[in-house]
Amino acid sequence: MGKTLFDKIWDAHVVQNVEDGPTQLYIDRLYAHEVTSPQAFDTLRDKNIKVFRPDHVVAMPDHNTPSDQQEVIHDPVGRKQVETLKANCEEFGIKHFAMGTKDNGIIHVVGPEKALSLPGMTIVCGDSHTSTHGAVGAIAMGIGTSEVAQVLASQCILQSKPKTMRINIEGTLPKGTTAKDVALYIMAQMTTSGATGYAVEYAGAAVRNMSMEGRLTLSNLSIEMGSRAGLIAPDETTFAYLKGREYAPKGEAWDKAVAEWRKLYSDADAVFDKEVTYRAEDIAPRITYGTNPGAGIAIDECIPTLEKIPEADRAQFLSMLEYMQFEPGQKLEGVPVDYCFLGACTNGRIEDFRAFASVVKGKKKADNVVAWLVPGSWLVRQQIIDEGIDKILEEAGFELRLPSCSSCLAMNPDKVPAGKLSISTSNRNFVGRQGPGARTILASPLVVAASAITGVVTDPRK
Amino acid sequence: MKEKFDIIQSTCIPIQIDNCNTDLIIPARYLASTTRDPQFFGNAFMHDLRFDASGNPIEDFVMNKPEYAEAPCKGVHEIIVGGQNWGSGSSREHAAWAIAGYGVRVVISSSFADIHRNNLLNCFVLPVVVSKAFHQELFDCIQANPQTEVKVDVPNQTVTNLATGHSEHFDINSYKKYCLMNAYDDIDFLLSNKDKIEAFEEKNQDKGIASFFVSSTDGTPQS
Repeated sequence: MGKTLFDKIWDAHVVQNVEDGPTQLYIDRLYAHEVTSPQAFDTLRDKNIKVFRPDHVVAMPDHNTPSDQQEVIHDPVGRKQVETLKANCEEFGIKHFAMGTKDNGIIHVVGPEKALSLPGMTIVCGDSHTSTHGAVGAIAMGIGTSEVAQVLASQCILQSKPKTMRINIEGTLPKGTTAKDVALYIMAQMTTSGATGYAVEYAGAAVRNMSMEGRLTLSNLSIEMGSRAGLIAPDETTFAYLKGREYAPKGEAWDKAVAEWRKLYSDADAVFDKEVTYRAEDIAPRITYGTNPGAGIAIDECIPTLEKIPEADRAQFLSMLEYMQFEPGQKLEGVPVDYCFLGACTNGRIEDFRAFASVVKGKKKADNVVAWLVPGSWLVRQQIIDEGIDKILEEAGFELRLPSCSSCLAMNPDKVPAGKLSISTSNRNFVGRQGPGARTILASPLVVAASAITGVVTDPRK
Repeated sequence: MKEKFDIIQSTCIPIQIDNCNTDLIIPARYLASTTRDPQFFGNAFMHDLRFDASGNPIEDFVMNKPEYAEAPCKGVHEIIVGGQNWGSGSSREHAAWAIAGYGVRVVISSSFADIHRNNLLNCFVLPVVVSKAFHQELFDCIQANPQTEVKVDVPNQTVTNLATGHSEHFDINSYKKYCLMNAYDDIDFLLSNKDKIEAFEEKNQDKGIASFFVSSTDGTPQS
């Protein structure tokens, strides 16, 4: 019987299978950020041990980084966390991309764009959106801080092998529909726990035709349906994206690597524990209406009426709508928005800024809207400037900010005030996620751009 | 924090919220701390549902009701019964620290998010998965009588609702069971088999996928 892509990579990294226990898995790359690493370094100090393979670890701050200036972090607690990461990296000999330097950005944007994440790797980070890196054809998983300490100490983690699922998106995505919409659509079909216990491989014509940026967006959102890992078989798109990037193998080593990477696909006779197929033509630009990413609709649909919700779920449905200040059956198109956010590890890449600019070009930002446009890295920011996109944004009344996780989570100054409605390209619409009491609609860069111009939730196709 | 597991018999705190994500279990602003103080994280547990913006307890929330407000101690509130898909969302281990810091030793639900479940185990809090029927009955019993006790027998891997006598087997692999019963953690295990890790690296130096990266990504840009 053939092997799945996931099995091929997993099996190549098994150090041992503990009897009636987890697998001890070798990790090729550990990323560390300031939020989930300080206590892991403390554990090493407690036990008086060194980092086992410091050259496999790359660290950078991103969550606490301000997006308006990066001279200083005013919040003393956040500042201390960023300083602690730097000090820990110096003490343990780990590569560190400091705040405000050209190498810095959101880990899940920087890793792939510097080719620090490569096909066939096992990649972990104390961050659930680590699933992003799976888009290059790797096993990439979020882990907890205890596990960060384990990897620092031994370059291994102990995990039970997940089941495998393949999600096929067949056909061609309609105009105005992006990878973000595909992910929001899948979540609405599968619910936020539908893939718990599985590693998900994305396949099908619509995925094959996605750019690398689109694939990274799709894989990024795997965790929002419960899957710890999302992955996509590497192909010419992957190789073309990685070739020549800073840490990619060069010359002969590149050719040797690509030859290996071409073996990374699910065999024709591989069997998945679960397989589902969706038609790309059924997917439209999407928005969420609730406080989990699965509570979403096509932008021209109405919020479900109460009768359409299973009885057991009604109390939760109503409490979500109460928080969001929406009504069952309400149409959201045309509802005024207060904040627009373009960025995060979900949609902070060059293609997202190109898409946003294509909508706002020659128009003006609505006066009632505060817009935060935050590149995912300094490389992305430079590319925006090189392509002249910053000028288009500026002429339309927008300001390009500095790389940061920004308004994706309320850990830096970009907080949405209580009660305000935000339409956002980030990944979570949880209660209080963008700030205590903030209300969040998740959407694609095209939908956010169209809404930033009109000041109300707007279908970009119109 | 690392108390050996055997048999726990306790009253419970019912937190009947489905898809209770780790942002709810501990809001992001508590993540900026570099401390490991259990009390700091225990105080932040379910913070924004427990307290209003001025820091006053929200009376309606279950943890503030007189029958559930007592802080966990032996036999009292050592068990949380949570809604399904408990701990979804962010991988923050701070959520498990909050639960452990509050004094809870067992979380019972019909399903857990993967990463959070691992984090709980690494923090010596036992996640117990029960059937939907057992889960619902337990909520009903606690609502009828907040003094309802549950017995979690780790050696025999059983969980019993003492109000009805209904009992279920729960899964935990032998390795993790050994860790919990002996206060042994993963890092000790991994450090004890460094020879296997080095042998793996050696074996893969010239072939296979893992090896390729050991030799080629040494942390410096290649020219």
